[in-house]
Amino acid sequence: MRGNIAAIMQKEMARFFGDRQMLFNTVLLPGLLIYIIYSLMGSGISQMVSQGQDEVVAVWVENMPAGLSWMPEGGEGSMVVVERAFGQGSVDSLADKDINAVLVRFPAGFDSLVAAFPAGEVPNVEIYYNSTNNAASRAYTQLTQMLEQRYSAYTVNAPQFEGQHYDQATPDAIGAMVWSKLLPMLIVMLLFSGVMSLAPSSIAGEKERGTIATLLVTPMRRSELALGKVLSLSCLSLLSGLSSFIGIALSLPRMMQADGGTIGMAVHYAAADYLALLLVIFSTMLLLVALVSILSAWAKDVKNAGTMVTPLMLLVMLVGLLPMFQGDAEVSWGVSLIPFYNSIEAMTAIFSHQMQPLMVLTTLAANVAYTAAAVWVLTRMFNSERVMFRR
Amino acid sequence: MTDEENIVLQAKGLRKTFTLSRKQQRIERTASRVRVAVDGVSFSTRRGEIFGLLGSNGAGKTTTLRMLSTLIRPDSGDALVEGLSVVEQPARVREKIGFLTSELRLEDFFTPNYLFDFFSRLHGVPQEECHRRKAQLFDRFGIGEFAEVRVANLSTGMKQKLSIAVSLVHDPEVIIFDEPTNGLDVLTARVVTDYLREQREAGKSIILSTHIFSLVEKLCDRVGVLIDGRMAACGQLAEVADGLSMEDRFFEIYQRQKGGEQ
Ligand SMILES: Nc1ncnc2c1ncn2[C@@H]1O[C@H](COP(=O)(O)OP(=O)(O)O)[C@@H](O)[C@H]1O
Ligand SMILES: [Mg+2]
Repeated sequence: MRGNIAAIMQKEMARFFGDRQMLFNTVLLPGLLIYIIYSLMGSGISQMVSQGQDEVVAVWVENMPAGLSWMPEGGEGSMVVVERAFGQGSVDSLADKDINAVLVRFPAGFDSLVAAFPAGEVPNVEIYYNSTNNAASRAYTQLTQMLEQRYSAYTVNAPQFEGQHYDQATPDAIGAMVWSKLLPMLIVMLLFSGVMSLAPSSIAGEKERGTIATLLVTPMRRSELALGKVLSLSCLSLLSGLSSFIGIALSLPRMMQADGGTIGMAVHYAAADYLALLLVIFSTMLLLVALVSILSAWAKDVKNAGTMVTPLMLLVMLVGLLPMFQGDAEVSWGVSLIPFYNSIEAMTAIFSHQMQPLMVLTTLAANVAYTAAAVWVLTRMFNSERVMFRR
Repeated sequence: MTDEENIVLQAKGLRKTFTLSRKQQRIERTASRVRVAVDGVSFSTRRGEIFGLLGSNGAGKTTTLRMLSTLIRPDSGDALVEGLSVVEQPARVREKIGFLTSELRLEDFFTPNYLFDFFSRLHGVPQEECHRRKAQLFDRFGIGEFAEVRVANLSTGMKQKLSIAVSLVHDPEVIIFDEPTNGLDVLTARVVTDYLREQREAGKSIILSTHIFSLVEKLCDRVGVLIDGRMAACGQLAEVADGLSMEDRFFEIYQRQKGGEQ
């Protein structure tokens, strides 16, 4: 009887959308909070960036073109330009973000290549720097700008030389680091608060107020009630998850502006990253709803439900903190099977540009499987008079 | 029809025990872990009759009715509702009965109108039928003008009347009401008892529990006297009363039962 499940779901929806406070707490608040927090964080990073202003940057230039006289003038930030060849060892040393240096390598015969343009080879300038070093990043931006200005005036058809830059930091290091370490926990916490504002009142509350007993004397099956509850709570909680997600998506450009505008580094995510993130959020939400529903069904009343969920909340928070103490996201099969840890790791991986489709898929599959098991348990509980009519 | 064919509901040796929590043990000052709430209760009710379950507080009335309505399972014994077992086919039984007890509440947030439709749907009542019955019952119990007022804002009496209407959305053959007039003012109580009489005329089988002797005398055709979970007497009202008032008769039975135990 799918009709009964639909009836229960519609009732839950009517209850939810008729309550403005609930609507605000679950749908608007999470997204708004994330947006505000991360936008603030974005401007925090901008400040960090501008702090690198008066540091001196060493610029090593290999094959300095004869016509290039602008180098020593150097712009506002001070640069010390040195003409010298450098090897791979010097390039590698830039991985240390405390080294204020930019390495520039022009191709041999750069001038003649430019002169011959647009015929022949496109001149390729290699620029090495570490984008997590603010001063170096700023110098890099200035150098490329100067280079572009200089040569667009020189020829009618400006040689679009591939000003290849070699970022010696791990990809998008600062941004990705901040995102990957903090955001997963924040997301899970917001999801949790969304579930907490829904499930206990819908299940423990109905039990406490005796309204669930009225449902139990209708011909509806207990499994239909359990399923109707979990599905509607999931839909509503997903709305709250979606809100968090939109908050993230909207604050991302602010982050990018903060980083990318100044230091040429962008926290840039592909559509696949966003999709994976959304799916991980949704599956985590399902599992959360099912688990909190079980605890709520077991609890005597809403207050009791809150007490019972607290350990789960702390546990999940603890798991959420783990990425702080780890290096790169761990990629192992076992990890994707551990509830919550798998989601945290998957999100960490996504934010640090290390998303692996297989890992995300196993995480999703595991979460859905755990949810199904939890719904089964919940049905058993609705069937048990011990649980439903505990005194 | 013979008397046998007329039987709509038959309880056979219903027994229910509750395991007490430590807290309950302390509150009730008892050392035993197990409370026998209902102990081997049997009775039957027929079409077109009102059966009264009479007993003091804690006698086991509510527990008995909860077993009949499949909310809880008997430890042993069974009851057949129109031939369907409350133990084996609880969902089918629930289609046949309308159950009212104080522990069944309606959500504060919703309006009578919404709740009536909602429960009609769960009972599989067709929409047209639902509207017809809603108009009829709301009119009968004076709910009409409060149809769009949230339950939270209804008076206790109005809530009770709405609960009655909601328990009857599917026009059940068997009506099981636990202390239906409790907490109602005299006017509302009268509306309820009048309605039950009407349902009796319509051929429904009605079981109600009460601790009010006069209600049994005025309303019931047959009565079962429940004392400490046991059926101490059961039969036609006149038979059970045996020339005494129900009150006097009850205390006689009570004394005898208690005396027999000591
Ligand atoms: N869930 C329960 N847990 C423990 N004891 C219960 C429970 N329900 C009822 N009882 C006990 O069973 C006995 C009968 O209760 P009940 O059926 O409610 O009586 P009545 O409705 O006649 O007042 C009482 O002693 C009551 O305390
Ligand atoms: Mg009672």
